[in-house]
Amino acid sequence: MKKLQIIGLLVFVLGFLIFSYIPFLGTYQLEKEMVEQKVKPEHTDAMVRILKPMFGIEYDSNFDFLADFNELFKEYNYDLKVRQDWDQVIWDDYAFILTKSASQGDVQETPLLFLGGSILVAVIGALIYILPLYKDEPEGIKNNGIYFSSMKSRGVLGIMTGAYLILFYVILYWFPEYMTNLVLMLDPVSKAISGNEASQWFLYGFIYTLAILVMGIRMFRKYKGNTYQTLRTGSVMFFQLAFAFLLPEILILLNMPWHDFKNIWPLDYSFFYDYRIDGMLSSGALGMFMLVWGIILIVLGVPVLTYIYGKRWYCSWVCGCGGLAETLGDPYRQLSDKSLKAWKIERYMIHGVLVFAVLMTLVTIVNYFMEFGLLGQATDQLHSIYGFAIGSAFAGVIGTGFYPFMGNRVWCRFGCPLAAYLGLVQRFKSRFRITTNGGQCISCGNCSTYCEMGIDVRWYAQRGQNIVRSSCVGCGICSAVCPRGVLKLENGEEEGRINEMPILIGNKSVSVKS
Amino acid sequence: MSKAGRKIVIIGNGISGITCARNIRKSDDQAEILVISGETEHFFSRTALMYIYMGHMKYEHTKPYEDWFWEENRIGLLKAWIEVVDFGNKKLLCHNGNSIAYDILVMATGSAPNKFGWAGQDLQGVQGLYSIQDLEMMEENTQNIQRAVVVGGGLIGIEMAEMLASRNIPVTFLVREKNFWDNVLPLEEAELINRHIKEHHIDLRLETELNEIIGDKVNRVKGVKTNKGETIECQFVGLTVGVSPNISFFRDTKLAINRGILIDEYFRTNIPSVYAIGDCAEFKEAPAPDRKNIEQVWYTGRMHGETLAHNLTSGKPQPYKPGIWFNSAKFFDIEYQTYGWVPPVWDSKLGSFYWEDKRGKICLRFIYENSNKKIMGVNAFGFRLRHEFFDKAISEGWLLDKVISNLDRANFNPEFYKPYHKAVLEQYNKEKGTNLQFAKVPFLKRLIGSRT
Ligand SMILES: Cc1cc2nc3c(=O)[nH]c(=O)nc-3n(C[C@H](O)[C@H](O)[C@H](O)COP(=O)(O)OP(=O)(O)OC[C@H]3O[C@@H](n4cnc5c(N)ncnc54)[C@H](O)[C@@H]3O)c2cc1C
Ligand code: SF4
Ligand code: SF4
Repeated sequence: MKKLQIIGLLVFVLGFLIFSYIPFLGTYQLEKEMVEQKVKPEHTDAMVRILKPMFGIEYDSNFDFLADFNELFKEYNYDLKVRQDWDQVIWDDYAFILTKSASQGDVQETPLLFLGGSILVAVIGALIYILPLYKDEPEGIKNNGIYFSSMKSRGVLGIMTGAYLILFYVILYWFPEYMTNLVLMLDPVSKAISGNEASQWFLYGFIYTLAILVMGIRMFRKYKGNTYQTLRTGSVMFFQLAFAFLLPEILILLNMPWHDFKNIWPLDYSFFYDYRIDGMLSSGALGMFMLVWGIILIVLGVPVLTYIYGKRWYCSWVCGCGGLAETLGDPYRQLSDKSLKAWKIERYMIHGVLVFAVLMTLVTIVNYFMEFGLLGQATDQLHSIYGFAIGSAFAGVIGTGFYPFMGNRVWCRFGCPLAAYLGLVQRFKSRFRITTNGGQCISCGNCSTYCEMGIDVRWYAQRGQNIVRSSCVGCGICSAVCPRGVLKLENGEEEGRINEMPILIGNKSVSVKS
Repeated sequence: MSKAGRKIVIIGNGISGITCARNIRKSDDQAEILVISGETEHFFSRTALMYIYMGHMKYEHTKPYEDWFWEENRIGLLKAWIEVVDFGNKKLLCHNGNSIAYDILVMATGSAPNKFGWAGQDLQGVQGLYSIQDLEMMEENTQNIQRAVVVGGGLIGIEMAEMLASRNIPVTFLVREKNFWDNVLPLEEAELINRHIKEHHIDLRLETELNEIIGDKVNRVKGVKTNKGETIECQFVGLTVGVSPNISFFRDTKLAINRGILIDEYFRTNIPSVYAIGDCAEFKEAPAPDRKNIEQVWYTGRMHGETLAHNLTSGKPQPYKPGIWFNSAKFFDIEYQTYGWVPPVWDSKLGSFYWEDKRGKICLRFIYENSNKKIMGVNAFGFRLRHEFFDKAISEGWLLDKVISNLDRANFNPEFYKPYHKAVLEQYNKEKGTNLQFAKVPFLKRLIGSRT
């Protein structure tokens, strides 16, 4: 490693440590005006009453602040619940928004300084490390030393990274009030784009997009000379930046509902939720377009494009989850489990989630048309179970937090209902396959090892069989790492795509059906 | 032929022995099958050894079948070295004294690295590379060393150079020939690889032979002397000067051997019910005019295994008839594929068409018969070609014109790669004064990525 790169790495770690320390900075002081400003009108009186003991008190840390806050708030709701006074119970979670208002100190005064000192420093450090990667090396496969790397082969560094990611997601989803400082420092950015204050989701989207962009540049370096990888990576970078990050914020600026035009139900599981439908229906022509476009993607886009190109058109070229997996997650792709057992579990899980998502959506839609009659309660229950277990825990905490343990596609492989839907089309009605090049396979195992979806590519390749698997996201890495030029991702005629009984070329004595 | 209860014992769990075992099981439910090897319990891919050293994979990734596979298919595995074969009593004797009876014996014992009696060849830090144990030794021998010397410009030699370079160990590569592997490769291809080796900062010494290996007081290698009188200091010497059939333990038995175990076209040795396949076997007569009596490659081992399994399980034994030759390798970053017959030098009976990309790392060579312009073979470097296409073109004797004008269909490079086949066609037209063209693919078809 060159000196410059080591410096880059150190700068990155510095930015990262500062980022992790920022939540612990500053003091917290709540005032009556803040409550009046931030809380819904119907709750203002009650909240002012509840939080009164905290007004004017300066807390040294958000832990102390939130301890008091939670105590007071719980007490209030508890009494009401005991009295079964359900109407009065405050279900809204004001912890995040009030902690954020109450935050005082340097972060609140000079947010951009902190943004620069943490995230920007980390990005600069990462780029100093990444840009010179493989500079004087010829184009080729750069997998040297992966299994000696603590980070990439479940060593201490890998475990620590996974643990950090998991912790980050848990706080983000369920305890965002503890990271208000981090959100605070993004307020100026958010205001510049959408005119609104930043939420924890803005912070998340911001980091997520940066991760894809920076690690996308790493992909350009690592796979230089491989045009397929370069184009594919450029594509996910573009879709993340434009469609998932910028466009939705611009919609907000235009007073439209937040909408990601490239997200598709059932990955976008709340697409048919009543608040989303109402939001779209009440947003004029553009809102109508959102609804129609979303439905076209589901009923036409997925089947037609997957028929022509395979599910890769979405999973490794467009999708945001795929985008993160293919960039930030690339160093971990070899950690996916290739066993037959894992494949069995995968099929149960992913189709289970698909069934869950479809049923939940059906109930939601029926409920919508019944104008929230009988099914109201059940719908809410389903939504909250799905949102918690699948939307947050699975897709987020496990999906990304488990990169260093189980590879970069845990969610896409075991959980994503859209992947399941795309996969069914890919398996049964598509022109896409990975063609095996006759008898050239030497069973070395590079393809299987580096398949992020845990497909045992070699199993097919060594028997001269094309790879037609519902889970294949068409990342093209198996083809890239194969040292014998055995694998080619192709769209072609359906005839001969699936050859169950392949014959290996080269032996004229007998034709062995593998 | 599936007689109940017969016991087939295979010595060697490499590609040939394992392919044979698997295919016997596919057509014979009854036979008892036992595969014995002293190297590892499970079948692994020998061709992937380098990737373990380079950190691309671990040993378990090189196993083509999961461990449950063998029990599921009732293929018995035994990790043991066979020391004596008692052909008279149909018995094998293991290193630990156990004996194993067989009804049918298949020998698939592979190869062993050559050593040519150099002074110092048994010093510590001097080794070949063939087995897992060799790899483990190499791991030990290359800790904290300043320079390594690799002797022998063949496929394993260049792999070893790449392995060492991946650990940032400076490598001096001694090659006896004028150019790398030029006893197989034509001049341009060999030179292309020369350049690439140097691009990887390997100290390539052509036309240089090893004279002697020098040791220190504790019998560790400290340098080599070349035939040019030069002494190169090093702490590791890789000897990769070819392999020979691994048959030493059959010497002084009834088994007929020459360089390898002698077999006929049905893999039969001179002893009934005893067969040999893979690297260790030597055909008494070459199986085809363009084939050698001993072929030490992966694919050949596989085809031997397939064919013998057929012969052992079907009523209609077939003589071994290999099809069109094919092979592949990778030299650092440059992949190599070959189909058919491409000799290193040729006379006026043959013609050659050679194309090389401007950057000097990609090339194609076609060899054809001068009298009728039929294609004989093709070499490809940095250019993946479709096996099926060339198997057909060569066995059907296509005219070179036809091959070139269908090159778009033969292209197996990943999508979005530069359309090098167009450059090939252009140069061909210029050189031969032809006006060949690829079939037009309508825009819509191109849009959906269809190749025909
Ligand atoms: C580093 C390396 C790279 C290679 N790369 C390629 C390549 O890219 N392409 C290609 O086509 N070929 C390649 N080859 C050659 C290829 O691996 C061999 O041709 C092939 O493995 C031979 O298979 P086999 O089944 O005949 O024997 P082997 O794979 O050698 O198997 C024989 C087994 O029998 C065992 N055995 C031998 N004697 C005894 C005994 N007395 N008792 C018990 N067990 C015994 C051995 O330990 C060994 O495990 C490579 C070889 C090496 C060493
Ligand atoms: S099979 Fe190949 S293209 Fe498909 S997901 Fe695995 S590595 Fe990617
Ligand atoms: S990487 Fe290529 S040669 Fe190796 S097992 Fe896979 S398909 Fe076969």
